[in-house]
Amino acid sequence: MDNPAGRSIYLDNASSTRLDEAVFEAMTPYFFETYAVATSEFGYSMGIEAKEALEAARSRIASHLGASGEELIFTSGATESSNLALKGVAAAVGKKGNHIIVSAIEDFPVLASARALEKDGFRVTMLRVDPEGFVDPEDLQKAVSSETILVSIQHANPEIGTLQDIAPLARICKENGVLFHTDATHTFRRVPLNMAKTPVDLATLSAHTLHGPKGIGALFVRKNTPLKKMMDGGFQEFDLRAGLENIPGAVGFATAADLVTDQETEALQRMRDRLMDRMLTEIPHTTLNGHRFRRLPQNANITFHFVEGESITLHLDLRGFSVSTGSACFSKSLEASHVILGIGGDHERAHGSIRFSFGRYNTPEDADAVVENVAEIVDRLRAISPLRNSREA
Amino acid sequence: MKFPYSETVLDHFKNPRNVGKMENPDGKAVEGSPACGDMVAVYLKVDDNTREIKDIKFESYGCASNIATGSIVTELAKGKTLEDAKAITWKQAANALGGLPPVKAHCSVLAIEGLRAAILNYEETHGLVTEKVPTTEKTIQDRLRHVMNPATGLDLVRTHKIKKIGFQDGNAVVTIALPVDHLFAAAIRSEVEEKLLPLWMNCSKNTTVSSPRPGPARNFWKKRH
Repeated sequence: MDNPAGRSIYLDNASSTRLDEAVFEAMTPYFFETYAVATSEFGYSMGIEAKEALEAARSRIASHLGASGEELIFTSGATESSNLALKGVAAAVGKKGNHIIVSAIEDFPVLASARALEKDGFRVTMLRVDPEGFVDPEDLQKAVSSETILVSIQHANPEIGTLQDIAPLARICKENGVLFHTDATHTFRRVPLNMAKTPVDLATLSAHTLHGPKGIGALFVRKNTPLKKMMDGGFQEFDLRAGLENIPGAVGFATAADLVTDQETEALQRMRDRLMDRMLTEIPHTTLNGHRFRRLPQNANITFHFVEGESITLHLDLRGFSVSTGSACFSKSLEASHVILGIGGDHERAHGSIRFSFGRYNTPEDADAVVENVAEIVDRLRAISPLRNSREA
Repeated sequence: MKFPYSETVLDHFKNPRNVGKMENPDGKAVEGSPACGDMVAVYLKVDDNTREIKDIKFESYGCASNIATGSIVTELAKGKTLEDAKAITWKQAANALGGLPPVKAHCSVLAIEGLRAAILNYEETHGLVTEKVPTTEKTIQDRLRHVMNPATGLDLVRTHKIKKIGFQDGNAVVTIALPVDHLFAAAIRSEVEEKLLPLWMNCSKNTTVSSPRPGPARNFWKKRH
């Protein structure tokens, strides 16, 4: 058994994606023709053209959020955006209060920024999530106090795919005069988010999860949101982020955002559904991580009990498939997934978890091929697993 | 293609030798736990006269280096006397595999520990451990290093969960810093018993284990001569 035509089948699009050629083409002129630094309106032509391209890219990305260009600042990626959101707000309004709330299953930039602020004297509350990864708005309501300055809860979890209903959470914050940040890295252009309707104050975005380039991201900052600049230098990005603007990156990001269509997202969801349905029915002893329906359309995450994830990913790799696992053995830190542990799973559930994430270059055949290969691999690994033999004896 | 392991590791990973369960083994051991992410079972058939390993099998719940080390260790041990097999080191196994990533040492050392534990199990169950060695705090502590706390995936000693190891009227008393109603208290207790009780297998037939006291955060294990 093998994958069709022996080609490489990439199912780790949540980690990063292949650049779209159209994105590359849109970026090219800003490397070779309009390569000047974005100048003020009184600069020279090439600089003015560069500035116009930057601002057009900004407006195009913001329009997908129902926001205006002045509410979007470019960064080097999601990590910087979330760092700026948490640390920038803490520095700007830390005198008003010293309490920050995040969920226990946030991605590392938010979690690590919160921990860094904790060391600086802020009090951090980590909200528990339910077994499917949802934050209970009542828990947030209870956690908010007069000292609370910021709440950061992801729009979707990149690992288990759980789509958080952020509107009620954002409203609680608004009613209590607390700023609300959401990490929308994995939902942007795949799941609707309209800033005109949802009172989100800050949102993290990234290009490379949308077939855009690596090294460019953005932070949505609603007008009048207090935020202190973290990167000092020039006055770029409305004086909120110094540094030479990455104009090819910004143009690539905007092009990548424009290229995503609802039809494409629906097609990814159909592939994902096919994979999820087949694996959960055809392979015994499997657990879906996250909610069956309220999840990222392109993500599936399944635990195969009695086997360890790195063994599955290596067997898949030998057959040309790229996927990732929440197993400690796979990670650089050798720590099991804090997300699976956060939804109440034990280490065994984390170790046997595999994430499959679809992108533009996947086909329905990829879904079938990975199902068949995983079924066979899991079967082989279970045959040699003492865990299965002891549990089923 | 670029893989994180040597050709030999990949070969043993894809086609592990001597793999599976053994019926009626002469010696057996399970090292590790699902919580720590790796688990190895080793089964032995031993020639009672020559003390040679006639047959050996292993099972693995673990990553590639765990599976490959289990496989190579069975190859290295097969046909060896128990004494020679005990002397096999992780380094020898790693060399035979063409090297292992250092970060994976803890996953792969389990197979060596499994082999040694299976040999010890054979010796303890076949009356070969005749020497009566007094149990010390260190013997107990060494064995407790192999008991994992599923909540952290790390062993009790490393996570400073052992509050006290003491002796009272011929009883060994181990105090563990976990509430009795802790999620994993029962699992940890049975693992502690499994690791400690063979220490006193030849002492007498009435080795008993007391139930933990309800209330404060302590569990007791006792042994009576």
